[in-house]
Formats: sequence, structure tokens, C-alpha cells
Amino acid sequence: MLGYALRRLLIAIPLLVGITFVSFLVIHLAPGEPAEIQTGDLSIQSDKQMRERLREEYGLDKPLPVQYWNWVKRLSRLDFGKSFSPDARPVLQKIGERLPVTLLLNVVEMLLIIALSVPIGVLSATRQYSTFDKVTTVFVFVGFATPDFWFALLLIMLFGVQLDWLPISGLRQINWEYFSFWRQQWDFLSHLILPITVATFGGLAGFSRYMRQSMLEVIRQDYVQTARAKGLAERVVIGKHALRNALLPIVTILGLSLPGLIGGSIIVESIFAIPGMGQLMVQAVFERDYPVIMGNLVVVSTLTLVANLVADVTYSLVDPRIRVAGRRSRR
Amino acid sequence: MRPPRRPRPGSARGRACRLAAALALAAALGGCSGRTDGATEPAAGAEGYQPARGDTFVEALTGNISGLIPNVLSDSASFEVGGLLYNGLVTRDKNLNLIGDIAESWTFSRDCLELTLQLKKNVRWHDGRPFTADDAVFTYETMIDPRTPTAYREDFKAVASAVAQDPYTLRVRYKEPYAKALQTWETWMLPRHVLEPYARAGKLRDAPQNRASPVGTGPYLFREWRPGEKVVLVANPDYFQGRPYLSRIVYRIIPSQATIFLELKAKGVDMAGLTALQYSRQTDYPAFRKAYNKYRYPGNAYTYLGFNLKDPRFRDVRVRRALAHAIDKRQLIEFVIGGLGREATGPYKPGTWAYTADVRTYPYDLARARALLAEAGWKPDSEGILVKDGRPFQFELMTNQGNDERKRVAEIVQASLKELGVQVDIRVIEWASLLKEYIKKRRFDAIILGWGIGLDPDQFNIWHSSKTAPDELNFISYANPEVDRLLEDGRRSCVQADRTKYYRRLQEVLAEDQPLIFLYFRDALPVVSSRVKGITPAPAGIRHNFTEWFVPRHLQRYTAG
Repeated sequence: MLGYALRRLLIAIPLLVGITFVSFLVIHLAPGEPAEIQTGDLSIQSDKQMRERLREEYGLDKPLPVQYWNWVKRLSRLDFGKSFSPDARPVLQKIGERLPVTLLLNVVEMLLIIALSVPIGVLSATRQYSTFDKVTTVFVFVGFATPDFWFALLLIMLFGVQLDWLPISGLRQINWEYFSFWRQQWDFLSHLILPITVATFGGLAGFSRYMRQSMLEVIRQDYVQTARAKGLAERVVIGKHALRNALLPIVTILGLSLPGLIGGSIIVESIFAIPGMGQLMVQAVFERDYPVIMGNLVVVSTLTLVANLVADVTYSLVDPRIRVAGRRSRR
Repeated sequence: MRPPRRPRPGSARGRACRLAAALALAAALGGCSGRTDGATEPAAGAEGYQPARGDTFVEALTGNISGLIPNVLSDSASFEVGGLLYNGLVTRDKNLNLIGDIAESWTFSRDCLELTLQLKKNVRWHDGRPFTADDAVFTYETMIDPRTPTAYREDFKAVASAVAQDPYTLRVRYKEPYAKALQTWETWMLPRHVLEPYARAGKLRDAPQNRASPVGTGPYLFREWRPGEKVVLVANPDYFQGRPYLSRIVYRIIPSQATIFLELKAKGVDMAGLTALQYSRQTDYPAFRKAYNKYRYPGNAYTYLGFNLKDPRFRDVRVRRALAHAIDKRQLIEFVIGGLGREATGPYKPGTWAYTADVRTYPYDLARARALLAEAGWKPDSEGILVKDGRPFQFELMTNQGNDERKRVAEIVQASLKELGVQVDIRVIEWASLLKEYIKKRRFDAIILGWGIGLDPDQFNIWHSSKTAPDELNFISYANPEVDRLLEDGRRSCVQADRTKYYRRLQEVLAEDQPLIFLYFRDALPVVSSRVKGITPAPAGIRHNFTEWFVPRHLQRYTAG
């Protein structure tokens, strides 16, 4: 098992190099350069001297392979470099200040999605074609098909403007500093309700359909029939024998959505004015802020690779069949 | 408050800054008289109200600011915030005339080559140190230093020397008479005692003052910057022109225009710019009119249809005039921005001193257009398509992505020219590639873009025939010896009456030549919470007297702080 994990880790290294190299190439080949954008690319003061100076400072005057090599060298010392944005702050600091809120939003969203979609999926499967199944099917597909930004604006209009129950955007009230401790906590929480609702609603469809499908397959298996034949209560048959097996594919999907946790949703963050990773990335792309884009990519792709590995390993832990098959094929 | 004083086209990237730009531009470049709209209070809002200190003013910015030393930045959000933290030696009054800010008075020598500025003696930096002429010299040295990453060096290049004659007298010598000599000193002043080591090392952007602790002389002190979330400023009690009334300014960063609008409805922000649609349709109900005052005045950017003058078809002035006759500008303004703009006849804004309305115009007239095209050899074939030498009149019209307004302009131009038998194909391209692959390489037939115009009428870089290198701004390749001469003279004179003459003639020539079809100036459409009093709309817009805005005690909303 350990050997397997180690081998997977070693394979991940060239993969990571490949990913970063291609990304590096692509963003540098995209038209528009940070030095040009900052000197006001079509402005009257467009200043050649300043552009050259910036290119030199950023190292953009060197050939691409050299730039990439320098970047890798710095990265190997865990130095992600400085942002090309005029505030020139370290990339890690920029990511660090944006990460917590995105992480918070996404973890809560993920938990909510699991908490809701597993029961929905199980119930729809065990009562296939019942009214409940039909209603939830319609419901989750409506959720799937509804554009995030539209749904978000509707919610804001209802709860923020008409009813005035919840704040519209941002993370804190303007005079938050002057609130009492508990009011501050509530204020912060109330700002998160709408964005989390929007994000959860959109994600519910996929998961609950997976769950339903997986459950449908499992309850047709012989061992479920056997369990029933033994005279076990339906609750035990479904809850213990069927559910455990039906959750297996969900583990894989969960693992794959781990990197999404730090990616941040651009749409939700923009509409609700939440200063998270999605906004940072968008701004970095507009400014052609290569160090921030690359830093973000490294973090996300590393996490994807790790998540893949973790998913595979846990999969083999929960499902002994995989492990056995794996061993057999290796011999 | 002080936007970049140079023409710059709007851009796709600019989406993030559009609101801020609109506000900042409104501040410095009103043009025609601003006016309140609808049944709101009269312009002199202070009437009957007792000015009072206090309250928090919340403004929405669509883009994150990129730093706190605006001299080394280039985004309009940073300029807006920087405008409250710093002062120049001179500034603009509500009629856009240059007046003293830190400077008390100034004199030019008879030959225009020497400028002497007397500085006020009670100006202090935010850390308590007095402002002296030496700081102005430091700012000059920093701006001219090739290691300083600034985009605003050009005006300072005309300076031969700047010396502090005594702590409150600055003497500047110019290499040759320079029309923008005084305007140059609108630049934000930087403190030598704080920033010198960073400036010397070319590391101004890395200075802590750019990130967390700016030291200026302005009416507001820096309190907090949460990246992507908000910037908070508080009133400077020791401001040399008196403490401003509004105690706290919060700039909230809200990327989505739709969200800003909903925040306005819920009274979450106190000031924002509206789109034409929001202004005319979505805010016209009693509750909104009661909560906000709407303002409207011409913005400082115009939209145009530009031609690649290297293309033999467009080199013929008759063709350009014909196309100008074929576009109904009034209808275009109605369709695209709901009539909230005004027709452009040239590159200057109506109401500014250099502007003249007395130029050749091109009323909508398809018969004239057809006649002119026929003169130029373009004759309709059996299907009504214009043909010359066996080739149909067909060209590509490009514009940048992310700007729906320009896209709609392109569509209307397309439809209008179809009437004539000219086939237009529209291509919408991402800003950076449009610039790099098409404009800089001159690989375009025609474009829909905009020029922002500065406070000074000098537009040498846009129209002069020497400015046609790949990176330069005369990318339509316009060349007219008379225009060249007028631009050179206008730039060298320091007598406004002479300059007026040159620039009026320039407009006449441009109107004759139609190197591009000037379409329209769109209006800036800000709204401000009606509890804020003391706003006096003027040619400069509304922000010119921001430090005099106040909320009467009984109307104050935020008491804490």
C-alpha cells in the first residue's frame, strides 16, 4: 500500500512539471504583457522607457525557457515570487489573505451538498418513479439549469431589497468595527447565507443524481436481495448494506472536487463582492500578473494530484476488491 | 479626484474600472453645466441646512485599488482614493481653471521659461512634518528618474531644472515655452523624508507607504485597506484647508454593476455611477428619487469610427465624408445610450475653452452620401452593392470585447452602411489581442473605439504625423501638414488666446478631413444619497468640492466613528 502511494507520488512530479510548463507557456503567449498594460497600452503617456524598465525588472526580457527555469528555481525554494501588480506584494501573501474566505464558503457548501444530496439520492432511488422522485428530479434539474448569477440576483432582490432581511454583498457591514462581539459574528454569518445558498443550489443536482444512480445499481444486487431474504428490516437493508456500497463512487467524486474548494467561484464572488480566490485570479488574468496566476495554478494542480491520490487510496481502503485486483495485476 | 490627464481609450479591462473612471472623470472634466435631474433639490444643496461634521460616506468601486502612491499606479480606482490622500501644488476649480492648492500663487517670467511658485506655509504631511518646496523638488526628481515606474513622466521632461529657492518658493525653468507647464504641478506631491530611500532604489512600489501607511497632505487620512473588500479613510483634522465634514469615507469594492445597483436600492452605498438604462428606466420611481439625487453632465470621452488611412479606399476624403453623411448620429445616441449623450463634432468636449461648434457638420443625408461615393468611383451594381474596379465595397469593422455599447454602435453602423450598398463585417476581439495583433500592426480596416480627453487641449500624440510608430497613438496614420503645425504651435504657446485660435482651426481641419467619424460624448450619470448636502454641480462635475459635502446632523446615518 505504502509503495503504491509512493510510486503515485513520484509519478506526480513530472506531471506537475508538465502542467506548470504548459501553463507558463500559454499565459506568456497570450497577447498583452504586464509591462504594456501598466504603462497604459494605448495612452498618450505610453512610455517606452518605463516599459523596458518594467520588463527588465520582471525578467520578461529573457527568453521563455530561461524565465521558466528561473521560476522553477525560485519555486524549489518555495518562493512564489512577487506580484506584478503595482502593489508588488508577495504572491503567497496575496493568496493567503484570499484563501480563508473561499475555503470557508466552499467547505460549508460541500458539507451542505453532501448532507442534502445523499438523502435525496437515496430516497429517490428507493422510491423510484414516486412523486417524491419526480419532484426532486425536477427540482435538482431546475437548480442545475439555473444560471448562478440570475438566481443570485433574484435572491438579493427578494431578501436584500424587498424584505430587507439579509445584507446584499460583501462580508461585513460598513460599521462592523463598532458592533458588539456577538453582533459581529451574526453580521458575518448573515453575509454568507445568500452566497452559500446559491452555490449549494447549483451543486446539488450533480451529486444527488450520482447518489440516486449509484443506489439504483446497488439495490438490484443479489446481496441486497439476500439481506432482504434474511428478513432484515428495510431500514437496515438500505442504510447498512446498500448505502455503504452506493457511497463508493461518491468518494471518488468527492476527492475530485477537493481542488475546487480553493478555486473559488468567480460568479458567486463577483456578484456578492466577496474578496476570495476567484476574484484574485480574474484580476490577475486581466493584469497579466504571471506570478499570481502561476502561484494559483501550482496550488490548485498540486491539490488536484494529491486529491486524486487520496481518492484512489481511500477507495482501495473502503473497497477491498480494488486492492486485490491491483495487487494481482502488478504481479 | 485627479484622473490621468491624458487621452486613453476605454478598454475591455476597463470594465473593472469603469465606474471609478466615470466618477473620477466626472470630477475633473465636467464640461457643460451639470444639473440635477427631475424633482430633486436645487443645485445649491446647502441651503437651509447647517453644515455638520460626521457620518460615513460609502462609495462603490468596481475594481480593487492597486496601491496607495498614485504616482506609480495607473488605475482609476487608485487615482480616486489617492485624490483624497494627496495634494498637488495646483488643482482645478469648478470651472476647470487652474487654481492654487498647496501653492499660494505663481508667476511666469516674460519669456514663459521660468515659473515661480509661492507655497502655503501651513501645509503639513500626515505625520506632522511641514511641507516645503524641497518636497516638490523631490517629487520632480522622482518623476523624472528613469527608475521610477511611472506613466506620467512626459510632462516633466520639459522641465530644465526645479529648485527650492527657500522653503516656500519653488523655481522651475523650462527648456522651451511649454503650454502645460503649470498643469504639470497638479501631480500628487510625495514626502522626501519618508520616500527618498525607496525612490532612490527605484522601489517606490515596494514602499510600505504604497501598501499600508501612505503619507500625504490631503483632506483624508488612511485608515485601512482590505484587498478586494474595502478602503477606509478618515477626515484629517489638521487639513490645511480645514477639516472636511464627512468623517469617514468607505470605498467598497463591488465588481458587479448589477450588485452595485441593488446596493443602491437598499441604501447600502451612497454614491455610484448609473448606466443609461438604469438612469432613464430603472430609477424613475418615487422612493429612489427621494433617496438619491441624480446628476447628469457630459463625460470626457468620445466614441468614434476610425479608418485605417493607409487603405486606399479610406484615403479618399470623399469616401469618409460620404460615410459620415450615412450615419444618423442622433438616432445612434438614442439607440445605444438612450439619448444620454451628445453628438461630437470634433475631439473637444462642448463647453470647454478650446471647443468650437463652428465646423463643417455631416447631417444624415443618404443622397449626398451616394453622390459623394459616385464621385469617388463607387457605383451601385444591379443588386445595389457599391462596386469600383469590379470590387465590391466591403470592410471589416473591429471593436473590443466586453463593451456592449461599442458593439451596438458597430451594429448600427453596419445597418446604416448597408443602406448605401456597403457591406460591413463586425469583428469583436479581446482587448489585448486587438491592440497587439491588429492596431499596432495596422491590420484593420475600420474600428469603433473611444478617446478619453485630457484637461488640456494638447492632442499632439493622437494627430501629429510623427506619432505613427507601432507603439504610438496615431494608429490611423493621419498626416496633414497644417494639423502638424497647429499642434506644434499650440503646444509651445503659453498664451491661452493664441492657443484657442490654434485649436479652433485644428477642429475645422479635422471636421473637413474626417480622419475619423466623431460620434458622441456620453454623459456621466452619478447618483448621490440625498442626505448629503452641499453638492454644487458645475462644469467640472460634482466632486470638485467634495471636502465641503456634509450631512446635516439629524440626517446622519452612521453615528459610530
